[in-house]
Amino acid sequence: MSDTTTSTVTESGGRALLEVDNVTIKFGGVVALDEVTFEIREGEILGLIGPNGAGKTTCFNVMTGVYQATSGQIRFDGKPLAKMQRYKITRLGIARTFQNIRLFKSMTALENVMVGTDAHSRVGLFNALFRTPLHRRTEAESRERALELLKFVGVDGRADELAENLSYGDQRRLEIARAMATRPKLLCLDEPAAGFNPAEKQRLMELIRNVRDEGYTVLLIEHDMRLVMGVTDRIVVLEFGRKIAEGAPAEIRDNPAVIAAYLGVEEDDDAAS
Amino acid sequence: MSGRLGGLLRRKQVSVPLLVLVVLFVYALPMLDLPIITTTDSDFGGVLFDAASYALIAVGLNIVIGYAGLLDLGYVGFYACGAYTVALLTEFHGHWPFFLALPAAIVVTMVSGLILGAPTLRVRGDYLAIVTMGFGEIIRLVITNTHWLGASQGIAGIPPPPSIGQAPDPANGVAGGLFQVPHLSWSTFPNVIDVGHETPFVGFGVADAIPFYWLVLTALFIVLIADRLVKNSRVGRAWEATREDEDAAEVMGVPTFRYKLLAFALGAAIGGLSGSFYATQTTYVSPDTFIITLSELFVAAVIIGGAGNRWGALAGGVLVAYLPERFRSFSDWRMLVFGVALMLLAIWRPQGIFPPRRTRRVLKVEAKIEALEGETASV
Repeated sequence: MSDTTTSTVTESGGRALLEVDNVTIKFGGVVALDEVTFEIREGEILGLIGPNGAGKTTCFNVMTGVYQATSGQIRFDGKPLAKMQRYKITRLGIARTFQNIRLFKSMTALENVMVGTDAHSRVGLFNALFRTPLHRRTEAESRERALELLKFVGVDGRADELAENLSYGDQRRLEIARAMATRPKLLCLDEPAAGFNPAEKQRLMELIRNVRDEGYTVLLIEHDMRLVMGVTDRIVVLEFGRKIAEGAPAEIRDNPAVIAAYLGVEEDDDAAS
Repeated sequence: MSGRLGGLLRRKQVSVPLLVLVVLFVYALPMLDLPIITTTDSDFGGVLFDAASYALIAVGLNIVIGYAGLLDLGYVGFYACGAYTVALLTEFHGHWPFFLALPAAIVVTMVSGLILGAPTLRVRGDYLAIVTMGFGEIIRLVITNTHWLGASQGIAGIPPPPSIGQAPDPANGVAGGLFQVPHLSWSTFPNVIDVGHETPFVGFGVADAIPFYWLVLTALFIVLIADRLVKNSRVGRAWEATREDEDAAEVMGVPTFRYKLLAFALGAAIGGLSGSFYATQTTYVSPDTFIITLSELFVAAVIIGGAGNRWGALAGGVLVAYLPERFRSFSDWRMLVFGVALMLLAIWRPQGIFPPRRTRRVLKVEAKIEALEGETASV
């Protein structure tokens, strides 16, 4: 099925940035992911959907190094990710946000983003202690880029606010800015619209498109069908840890297996729109 | 009003001279014979030496507890490492001058911090507290049972740091040092300058603790400046991110383990620095000094002052050393008074005397919300 649908992608038919190759993850006797294979191509927005417990977040976690695959391989830019430390995966170019917001609460919005920009900083104890030119330059660049990103996601003007004092929506957007600050090639968003009202979702869709237009590749896990259908170039559907469909949004919408597994059961209204 | 004052204090033309005045005052403190502050029952110079040493320790431990969020209950182990390195190098196994033994002590404690941290920093929270507590005890027990380290009778006769000029020798009428600094005495007003009571400048002897106080104070100021530079940098941000959410920090590209280890090593080094001064000032080290309650006192100093704020930690260290000495006249009751003081502080100001600016800001917002809620409730 997947082979026939991939050909429909036109504008984002770049090379594979991340390849999930036959990945299986078992937690004891539970098979969370069962020989899942798909790829994320450079410059596209890929949606990863599925009912609750389908293995979306597990898939996410194995990509960002939180879990190790029981079998199979994940390659990023052609390099296998197995056993790589998480911070190195980030430096390689995969960044993520969290389903349940995990900001550094007692730090300001600006500082949160600067932690992200620090990912590629070469400043260590010595440079900080002696305020070397490298430190000054890096710090100034970091700050400037962090402010730009805050503006980009629409949290500017609140740069010196503590992260935990920001509104829920701002916190979600701040997470995106922080992830983008690590200069990723692939940005993974884990249910960024959770808890958003329709107007906020609309803004988020615009933001995600802007992110892609800036040259990032985006992986989007989302429950909200309208948002997924509206913003993604391709969609991969998981159910019970297996991939059941892959293709352009229009095809997924009409796919009988998907409708049976997912849309037909709970999300009928959303899908019909 | 307070806003205008704050704005005035932030102006460089005001803040810099003010800072210089404060620093001079702190250096001059033991000579001023100030009422109330000056301890009457114990040598004020010695008390100030202890206070400055504890402040130094608290500032070091603040890096570990306040910045990186690692509860270290074995800090006394590093203090002991520093003190013993100096004792061994200057007296027991060698005759190194103090200022050569000092960097050696810093390196030794730093390495011991790395050795302790490398395996233990993989455990988190309470588990780390227990493991570090064990470390403190291990150091003490190893010293007690090793002849090469002086065993249970300790090491005596640790020499003071070399003086500039002659070493003070009051018995033979040698004042020592570069020059003499007279004390003030208000009881003989108006002749307040007490020429009969002078302290040698850079002259280290057993009789007068004040030159040692100046030495620790200088180290303290240097450490405070370094602390500020490191905190306001990528390193400080990495520590804070790790403390807030270790997993998220790692995913944002912070090598959290490396930064925790760095905090541990730096904290250890500062503890060792303070230990070195202790050894050379008291001239005697014994394992009985480095007991577990001392670790608890250090942690108490940081928490009382306000973990995460260097000035809070500093104040906590000073209080913890100073209060028991100030109330020495209460004799047996003084530890009780001290304990009650700590409890009252914990009840009324659980966030510490000087909480970090973030905590202060959060509290302000919370108060605002509470006030708003109160308004809506009353309407």
